[in-house]
Amino acid sequence: MENLADQIINGLQLGLMYALIALGYTMVYGVVKLINFAHGDVFMVGAFVGYFGFTQWGMSVPLAVLTAMVVCSALGVIIERIAYRPLRYAPKIAALISALGVSLFLEFFSSLKFVFGPNYRVVQRPFEEVHWNVLGLNITNIQVIVFVTVLIMLALLQFLIYRTKVGMAMRTVSVDHNAARLMGVNVDNTISMTFAIGSAFAAAGGVLYAIAYPQIHPFMGIMPGLKAFTAAVLGGIGIIPGAVLGAIIMGQVETLTSAFLSSQLRDAIAFFILILVLLVRPTGILGRNEPDKV
Amino acid sequence: MLEIKDLNVFYGSIHALQGVSFNVNEGEIVTLIGANGAGKSTTLRSVSGIVKAKSGEITFCGKKINSVPAHKIVRMGLSHVPEGRQIFPNLTVMENLMMGAYTRKDKNEIKSSLEEVMERFPRLGERSKQMAGTLSGGEQQMVAIGRGLMSKPSLLILDEPSMGLSPVLVDEIFSIIKKINQQGVTVLLVEQNAFMALQVANRAYVLETGRIIFSGKASDIQADPRVRQAYLGENDEEAS
Repeated sequence: MENLADQIINGLQLGLMYALIALGYTMVYGVVKLINFAHGDVFMVGAFVGYFGFTQWGMSVPLAVLTAMVVCSALGVIIERIAYRPLRYAPKIAALISALGVSLFLEFFSSLKFVFGPNYRVVQRPFEEVHWNVLGLNITNIQVIVFVTVLIMLALLQFLIYRTKVGMAMRTVSVDHNAARLMGVNVDNTISMTFAIGSAFAAAGGVLYAIAYPQIHPFMGIMPGLKAFTAAVLGGIGIIPGAVLGAIIMGQVETLTSAFLSSQLRDAIAFFILILVLLVRPTGILGRNEPDKV
Repeated sequence: MLEIKDLNVFYGSIHALQGVSFNVNEGEIVTLIGANGAGKSTTLRSVSGIVKAKSGEITFCGKKINSVPAHKIVRMGLSHVPEGRQIFPNLTVMENLMMGAYTRKDKNEIKSSLEEVMERFPRLGERSKQMAGTLSGGEQQMVAIGRGLMSKPSLLILDEPSMGLSPVLVDEIFSIIKKINQQGVTVLLVEQNAFMALQVANRAYVLETGRIIFSGKASDIQADPRVRQAYLGENDEEAS
């Protein structure tokens, strides 16, 4: 039983990191109806920037996280500007192909020797991992950092989206670009803002991931990216609480499968869920089939 | 106040507006009437900047606004309540109204506009915390008009405000439009319900396949036999 409880905590740690990535997928989908397949690679860039921050640039962990968030916000905005905005009103498949192109570009450009280099790097943690025994549960300081950081970020996002003008503009853009324009919303800026926020969250996720699973490489964003995408679809793409819910489920499924079935089945089951959701309930857990409005 | 000269708009190869010219003077209610597909909504959409005109001139309060982006035109005092209401169903009624004041900064002025809107539409006050998508059609139209007024416009553009409403509500909406106008807001109104539109308007323009074919005082247009036959359903079994 204790082992099960420990695994659930491990799964929660993984799931919360997926949530940080999944939010970016779902927010971007909300405002431009596009799956940003380069999002997992933004997560990878965030992990690298954070790693350089606390290993080579002498930054504290919080500062390294903030730096990664700033760099990736800029990266997200640039990606949208160059690769998606010119295709915004083109057929969806064009932007989707563009997204795959950006993803491959980031992966292979990062692999160049003068960028991040093609090799795996072991992350030297800036602090020791400490194990605590709380009421019989095995908890680490890293888990506490992940939980606290993610909860703070979720609260900030909730505030931003439901209590600020920018958030209100984002919600209107997600309904209808032209209706938002008629209110005086600068739709282009709002979309850039959404990419910036989504990318910053992925960056924070990347740095936490690098600290929790201390190994990074230019292709590290693919799997967490796909899992987080699955989480966003599972919860209902475009729905913010859905992304968090889906991510928590994915984290549990993945961890419990590795612990009690077989770690080889882990990814297979994760993507089986994606297929199942698409077949059975494509709108996701929290999604509703809303009738088209006249 | 608003002057449109020789406006040409294309959707791909379709020549939707073919040299449309008209004007709206301060304090008036002007209506554009015409059949489905005549170009009424397109005209409004090019005025508010959602559709870009290929040629022609749109002047609002002395400024040429052809190439001004839509989100900046709102700031100049032109508010467009679009066809089909287009309220934000995922926002509360209050948030919808506050979106109307998106471009405004002064909190006290926004508050007094909000009070005015609530006074005009008491039902919105009762439902202010409800998601706008859950309202009835008539209430949604009130949200749309209220939202349009929240930018404190000098010119209010209304596209089919009576669409899909019951006859009682249609009467109510038109009397509201009249009151808004009496309080100093100029109104440009597009309607398929030509009969009602001509009742409240000072002047009217009749659009047919992208061209203006008649114009004049609303009472004259209403009396014109050609208009009566084509748009007011007289001797016309297909009228709806």
